[in-house]
Amino acid sequence: MSAVVEVSNLTKRFGHFTAIDDVSFRVEENTIHGLLGRNGAGKTTIMQLLTGQDFATSGDIRVFGQSPVENAAVLGNTCFIKESQRYPDNFKPFHVFRSAPWFFPNWDEEYAQLLIADFRLPLNRRIKKLSRGQLSAIGVIVGLASRAPLTFFDEPYLGLDAVARQIFYDRLLEDYAERPRTVILSTHLIDEVSNLLEHVLVIDEGRVIIDEAAEDARGSATTVVGPRGAVDAFLGRREILHRDGIGGLASVTVGPLTGPERAAAAAAGLELAPVSLQQLIIRKTNVSQTEFEQSA
Amino acid sequence: MDESRPIFVQIAEQIENDILDGVLAEESQVPSTNEFAAFYRINPATAGKGVNLLVESDVLYKKRGIGMFVRAGSRALLVAKRREQFQDEFVRPLVAEAAKLGISAEELTRMISHTPAVDSPTARITGTEQVI
Repeated sequence: MSAVVEVSNLTKRFGHFTAIDDVSFRVEENTIHGLLGRNGAGKTTIMQLLTGQDFATSGDIRVFGQSPVENAAVLGNTCFIKESQRYPDNFKPFHVFRSAPWFFPNWDEEYAQLLIADFRLPLNRRIKKLSRGQLSAIGVIVGLASRAPLTFFDEPYLGLDAVARQIFYDRLLEDYAERPRTVILSTHLIDEVSNLLEHVLVIDEGRVIIDEAAEDARGSATTVVGPRGAVDAFLGRREILHRDGIGGLASVTVGPLTGPERAAAAAAGLELAPVSLQQLIIRKTNVSQTEFEQSA
Repeated sequence: MDESRPIFVQIAEQIENDILDGVLAEESQVPSTNEFAAFYRINPATAGKGVNLLVESDVLYKKRGIGMFVRAGSRALLVAKRREQFQDEFVRPLVAEAAKLGISAEELTRMISHTPAVDSPTARITGTEQVI
């Protein structure tokens, strides 16, 4: 497989603040990547750097093998759907869809019309008067219909209702299956998208803390539940990601367990519970569940 | 999809179940990777991994340019495999739970014999011809 994006030792500082701290990763062609992390972790900054909207302090960025900065060949093949895209004051959605083909050579007008009907987007209303969800729908439609070989969605569904989010997931998968492309999806709704992702990249405080196949990330932690003494005896000196307990019961999240270890746990009367991608990221970025959900 | 096992393993099991239930007949074509991905809302690469698991275990085979098919005889193969797992996956937890509740072995046996069997193709077939 060839890499669409190659980043090495990328650093971005804003004054004294280091937003991106010596980050290296690659994005393989035609995969759906999840770019995950807490607010302020540096996800949007990375996407801005990859799309040439900002300049790196140091390090190297290759998109389709070239630097994206002021590079029409790269940017014509790239679509970046921003979290809060701004439009000219008197713009209506149809203006957006009429101008989109100027920027995206692969624009598929028929597909755009289909999506507009799916999302029930009013074309002739001023964008200022649209709801937050309808505004997000515009971005999702542009992103999908752009058919750009490299498409970034930064938190694409703020305000989108559950039905509209499901439409987005279904359309994305359907289109991806028919015409594979590289998609980088940044979101807080990790549980909702985790099955769509082939690869996850988790950023925390400007550094990459997880960079692996989604399937491997999902299987990389287990929660052991049982009487405190038995749990501690089983875990020994193993590294603990998270610990919870009530009464004499302990619930401890640790790294992956081997087959024999799982059997030993079962024999000791301990229960093994899976750890979802979202929980894993919460454990690894050291926040409580409630804090994380509020930020979503 | 549950979280406890890898998704591709669950996809493979789902196809196995469809073969066991007779939904997918032997020598019939199974849905494409993309169809599985759309139906279960998962990444096509994950669906492909599940299908490949069954190709490796000789349950499915590929007809070049057409798609994946259920191999003749795979049903018997799967029944044999599932029977081997039956004690570990079903009987052991059942006995453990019964012990927790103080249900004796006799009581448990009586309960099982009084529970009506569900009519399934496997039950019908094993009734007349011995699969294993």
